[in-house]
Amino acid sequence: MTDTPTKIVVDCSTGAVEELPLTAEEIAQREADAQAFAAAKHEEEVAAQEAAAKKAALLTKLGITADEAKLLLA
Amino acid sequence: MPNTFVKIASVTVGAGGASTMSFTSIPSTYTDLLVKFSARSSQTGTDNSQANLTFNSSSSGYSDRLLYGRGSSASSASSATSYITWAGIVPAANATANTFSNSEIYVPNYAGSTNKSLSSDNVEENNSATDNFLTLLAGLWSNTSAITTLTLTCNGGNFVQYSTATLYGIKNS
Repeated sequence: MTDTPTKIVVDCSTGAVEELPLTAEEIAQREADAQAFAAAKHEEEVAAQEAAAKKAALLTKLGITADEAKLLLA
Repeated sequence: MPNTFVKIASVTVGAGGASTMSFTSIPSTYTDLLVKFSARSSQTGTDNSQANLTFNSSSSGYSDRLLYGRGSSASSASSATSYITWAGIVPAANATANTFSNSEIYVPNYAGSTNKSLSSDNVEENNSATDNFLTLLAGLWSNTSAITTLTLTCNGGNFVQYSTATLYGIKNS
């Protein structure tokens, strides 16, 4: 069993600070948001890996190193 | 000399952690709002977690454009969801121990009757060559209501103890 996540609420008009449990809806939304973030990060990692693989393949095809490619583009 | 930069309220997360930090009943007597926060997430299995931002507990009308650096690469992203994504990026359980993010969010004309724009800049703080983030974000909340509540939500795990957020009011005179 895990503890229910909480939220800290500061009332700026009074300075009162409350710590309250999240509602079921808030918990569900948080889980959905976390999954979406993880998916977005994974997509970005896959795209970066694909770009790196394409770059390496091109360098191999050209028979030059990454540093030599930089020299050509400088 | 006018007092143009005023601390409205501040919060520090206690030992149990917290999933969100909210400022409610924000007075409309300032020109702009500034939130400075420094946080860390308890989320396991990752170096970083996202801190999402909402206004007035609304779940619609948000869009943003993000530029970021991660490791040695730079990229960009856009989103239009039920919150401002990437309002903050904070170290998580796999990040260097005891490091916290440095983040700030600026909201001009928050009490006006036009849509609300914002900017945000963050550093995750992680001693890693590959998994660390620097972010710069432009955001929009397409809503003409005055902002009276501002909420930061850790989208994975909880904000850990000693995470802090301070809300400032900015006046132009």
